[in-house]
Amino acid sequence: MEALLAITIGVLVAASVYLMLARNVLRFIFGLVLISNAANLTIFTAGRLTEGKPPLVPEGLDAPVGTVANALPQALVLTAIVIGFGLFAFALVLVFRAYTSLGTLNSDEMRVAEPREDART
Amino acid sequence: MSETAAQAKGNGLVGLAPVGLAAGLFVWFLGFLPAVSAGEVLRLQWDWVPSLGISLSFLVDGLSLTFALLISGIGALVFLYSNTYLAGHPQFARFALFLAGFMLSMLGLVLADNLIALFVFWELTTITSYLLIGFGHETYKGRRSALQALFVTGAGALALLAGFILLGMVAGSFELSVILAQGDALKAHALYLPILILILAGTFTKSAQFPFHFWLPNAMAAPTPVSAFLHSATMVKAGVYLMARLHPGFAGTDVWMWTLTIAGGFTAVFASVLALRQSDLKQALAYTTLMALGTLTLFLGQESGYAMTAFATFLIVHSLYKAGLFLVVGCIDHGTGTREADILGGLARAMPFTALAAALASLSMAGFPPFLGFIGKELLYAGALEAGSGPALVVGALVIANALMLAVAGVVAFRPFWRPAGGAMPHTPHEAPWQMLAGPVILAVLGVVFGVFPALLQDTLIAPTVASLLGSAEDAKDLKLWAGVNMPLILSIATVALGLAIYLGHVRLRAALARAELAAPNFDNGWDRFLEGLKGLAAWQTRVLQSGELRIYILVTFLTVLVGLGGTMLARDALPGLPDMSSVTWKNLALAVLIMAGAVMAALTGSRITAMASLGVVGIGVAMIFIVFGAPDVAITQLLVETLVVVLVAVALLRLPALDPAGTRDWRPRDALLGLAVGAVVTLTLLAVLEVPMDRRLTDYFEVTSWPEAFGRNIVNVILVDFRALDTFGEIAVVVIAALAAYALLRTTDQGPTGRSSRTRKGEDAS
Repeated sequence: MEALLAITIGVLVAASVYLMLARNVLRFIFGLVLISNAANLTIFTAGRLTEGKPPLVPEGLDAPVGTVANALPQALVLTAIVIGFGLFAFALVLVFRAYTSLGTLNSDEMRVAEPREDART
Repeated sequence: MSETAAQAKGNGLVGLAPVGLAAGLFVWFLGFLPAVSAGEVLRLQWDWVPSLGISLSFLVDGLSLTFALLISGIGALVFLYSNTYLAGHPQFARFALFLAGFMLSMLGLVLADNLIALFVFWELTTITSYLLIGFGHETYKGRRSALQALFVTGAGALALLAGFILLGMVAGSFELSVILAQGDALKAHALYLPILILILAGTFTKSAQFPFHFWLPNAMAAPTPVSAFLHSATMVKAGVYLMARLHPGFAGTDVWMWTLTIAGGFTAVFASVLALRQSDLKQALAYTTLMALGTLTLFLGQESGYAMTAFATFLIVHSLYKAGLFLVVGCIDHGTGTREADILGGLARAMPFTALAAALASLSMAGFPPFLGFIGKELLYAGALEAGSGPALVVGALVIANALMLAVAGVVAFRPFWRPAGGAMPHTPHEAPWQMLAGPVILAVLGVVFGVFPALLQDTLIAPTVASLLGSAEDAKDLKLWAGVNMPLILSIATVALGLAIYLGHVRLRAALARAELAAPNFDNGWDRFLEGLKGLAAWQTRVLQSGELRIYILVTFLTVLVGLGGTMLARDALPGLPDMSSVTWKNLALAVLIMAGAVMAALTGSRITAMASLGVVGIGVAMIFIVFGAPDVAITQLLVETLVVVLVAVALLRLPALDPAGTRDWRPRDALLGLAVGAVVTLTLLAVLEVPMDRRLTDYFEVTSWPEAFGRNIVNVILVDFRALDTFGEIAVVVIAALAAYALLRTTDQGPTGRSSRTRKGEDAS
């Protein structure tokens, strides 16, 4: 099953790389969403998969019985999801603001910070 | 320089303090003479960076004491001289500080016993000399010369540091006294050649050996006392000093012998020819300094007792007469306002003491008896005849160089005083004040005194220096004026004849040389071209790497990932095997296909709604994976976040234009290919990771401690709020910062142009 998820992650990464290379920065944002999903899945899969056994300590015992799902990657992914969301929200507002200020979503036309050199023409 | 009120006032205490410092040091060093001439080697040590084996240790033996005496002695005279030469100069305090700083660093350099300490002093001399050469920083020439010297010697110093570190690793110690004791092991070591090349790169640049010679004549932009001090007796000899210091550990191999012989010999001949070409007296002297440095390098390539005695003697001879002559040129400049050889003449009457000093120093330089220069030259010839690297070659180079030296001595010190003037001088010549005469006269007279009584030097400095180089003072040869009619004497006579002939024809020769120079490659211009090229390269690289296009930056990032990961996997042959897909159930396969389909759809669609929906599909698919594989908390968070993402995108899209301009479709085959490649590499990497056994130690720890220690049954939650609470706190901070920043961005939007108005603005741009 891990192998199937590895392939799924590969497809996610391929789609997000393609999107992030687009001229339209909105597509870049879409790519960002996809690549954070891919990253979360990678952490999750690398910790190995255990179907249907959440990491809980049963009532009255000191430790889980038998093999339960790996708790550590889950904790990491939880943190990553939230931070990824923060990044996404900020990037989206930035794109929005860039559009209202510059009037374009095309990153090639956003040259305020690094204007084209005259020498190149 | 004209006499002004400020000049008459002088520099006060600032001018005299360095003289006292240098003279005091000189006397202090003299106190070491009895012990050192008795063959003792004194060592002082303080721990500096003990953890790295770096200590501040000093070594006083023949070699370092000779240098220390030359530096402090000439230093005292130069300070006395510059106090008058630059009397009332508004920047004198700065000058005195730099020069004193330089002198102390130079002393540290020649006395240091630790390679790292030596390197620090070495760099201090580089920096102080940069400041001194650039003392006249108002002129372009001054700035350029200073920067050139800094770059050339600084680049060499970097190589030197690398060499020192390698040497320290090979020898297991940074202490010179320890390293040099294991000379044979060093020479047999596989890293001997790299170390040698790196260190010679440092010494050759510092001591201006061909092809790094061009910075030295330019460094004459410095005030004359600086040239006298740095570029005759001290800084440029730092490289020579280091080669001499390492001689016991490194010399004796073919590489050492031939590299030093060829570089030194070529520099000596090449520089003396160019010296004759110069009409500015100071430039002429600068090139003769190159000749001397070449000769010293040449002799360090050898191992015989004669060669080493010649090295030690010539080192002292040269420092005395060259510092003296530089100071004489300063006096001439001061007294007449010019340094042009063609104009100057008839100064002997107006400047008798300067003329005396010039005559004595130049006779020593030309190698006439009974001056020390004569003894030095005889020893050079004797050493050359014993040279291991082709005596004929060495002797030939020396005869030519010495003959040219004699001619240059005539140009610099005979013609301006005793021949009629070639033109009108800016000032009526007048004698320099005694403070400026003290230096040249004392240095020149020392040349005679040591020449007539060579025994004064023999046991005090020469023999101990030879002992530092060869290990035994027994190898030192006798310094004597008359050694009978032998081969060196015959060579000396030939040299004098040849030199006189060159002097008589020097005006015509100079013109011919000037023509030849135009045709030959010019290193100084080459330096400019090199710098231009470097700047061009930097600009080109910046244009390529910092194109200002977001897509290029992202492209480079992903390409790096691709090449880094994929390349490593291929190079290490670490490709994973075929994965085991037997455990895949239909349910899970359906989930995976859902996610993949959503991703591909999001990538390829041109519709905003479809893109949004596809992203939602991917997000929910991932949440379901979390549910299936025992991560309900993660799944809940993922669902919440995905919902928020879709809502936020939807809100933003209300105000944003379509993804593609009307009538176009976004399809980029090149990017798609790169995407597939990166995706494949990620999959392969993950598969390779999965082949490695899982280390569950940390998970096991959390599982058994979650309830007993943290009183929580949901292990994931316990990790988040207890074991890694600080991380969670950081995560909250990140979200808060993102929210604040987003709020700030949106708030300014209200005051700026609205989406509608910017769209109009865009329309205006297009029209």
